[in-house]
Amino acid sequence: MKQPFETVVALHGATVLRVCRSLLGIHDADDAWSETFLAAMRAYPDLPDTANVEAWLVTIARRKAIDVHRSAKRDPLPVDELPDAPTTLGIPGANDTDLWEAVGRLPEKQRRSITFRYLAGMSYAEIAAILGGTVDAARRASADGLKNLRRTYPGAQGQSELAKGARS
Amino acid sequence: MNEIRDDDAITALAAPIAPDALAELHRRLEAAAQSEGLIDVAYRVIDSPIGRLLLASTPKGLVRVAFANEDHDKVLESLAVKLSPRILRAPKQLDAAARELDEYFEHRRRTFDLALDLSLSKGFRQLVQRHLPDIGYGQTRSYKEMAEMVGNPKAVRAVGTACATNPLPVVVPCHRVLRTDGSLGGYIGGLDAKTALLELEKAA
Repeated sequence: MKQPFETVVALHGATVLRVCRSLLGIHDADDAWSETFLAAMRAYPDLPDTANVEAWLVTIARRKAIDVHRSAKRDPLPVDELPDAPTTLGIPGANDTDLWEAVGRLPEKQRRSITFRYLAGMSYAEIAAILGGTVDAARRASADGLKNLRRTYPGAQGQSELAKGARS
Repeated sequence: MNEIRDDDAITALAAPIAPDALAELHRRLEAAAQSEGLIDVAYRVIDSPIGRLLLASTPKGLVRVAFANEDHDKVLESLAVKLSPRILRAPKQLDAAARELDEYFEHRRRTFDLALDLSLSKGFRQLVQRHLPDIGYGQTRSYKEMAEMVGNPKAVRAVGTACATNPLPVVVPCHRVLRTDGSLGGYIGGLDAKTALLELEKAA
């Protein structure tokens, strides 16, 4: 049975925004987010009931991010307003921020592999295409990054949070 | 994609996602989905003297009013199955319905002037539901009288079922149908809600 689309937005909105931000930066992420959920809503009735909805959304988000990225390159737009500074007050649903900060402290190659693999759900082949090097190297960087995180990130939870993203 | 700077990516990752940001994105999605005709069912939840009410509409009109005791999540899931899974919380689409209900609860409105979509009921039930608004504000009818009104005097039980399965309670006034002896009969929203509505209309 298919959930109301609103439930899909509520469950995966934050994840999709993180994916868009990781691929585009904060400024262009909103457009990609909107395009992603519009496209998803259009196609939703035809999505098989057994589909992994999050993986499906991430796939669309990556495609939309590429579109936004391309069009931004064609017509560079000046930013007329600085974005609001994010609040640091307790924000529900944002408690994995620490985890991503820990990811941010990893050596560059590991950090990028982890980001692309677990947040954007890319295959190692795709990651290798971006990072350069072989597919095996990308896989190894990702595994090393995970090992590092297990050592440095307080709380074993982090591992399962990352693993959730890896279902795709 | 090769040109994405991963410093940006990491900054973006570590930035907390404020609930406000998601709320704003949701509003944008509502507007865009509406203008592209993608919302098959729009809904919002309002507060009322008889508890929180879920209001849902299709492009044809108001399709469902649900009491809190019906479990709004379950109601939405069933709308996804019966109508379409393209369901979005889009409060603006229900401004008129919310306003008219407010007016009704504040004794400022006696009849609803809203387009209705009765597609959730069929046949005899829908026929009965179409005729329920014929019972005027502040009046009541018995299940038996209602059966006579729709030209099927023997269908008293079926009238009871039609009232019990009314997808648009309050707006389609099944609360105005009582037992022949004047006792309440049943009500989807619970007997307290039925009593409250009858009292409200009496007090006006």
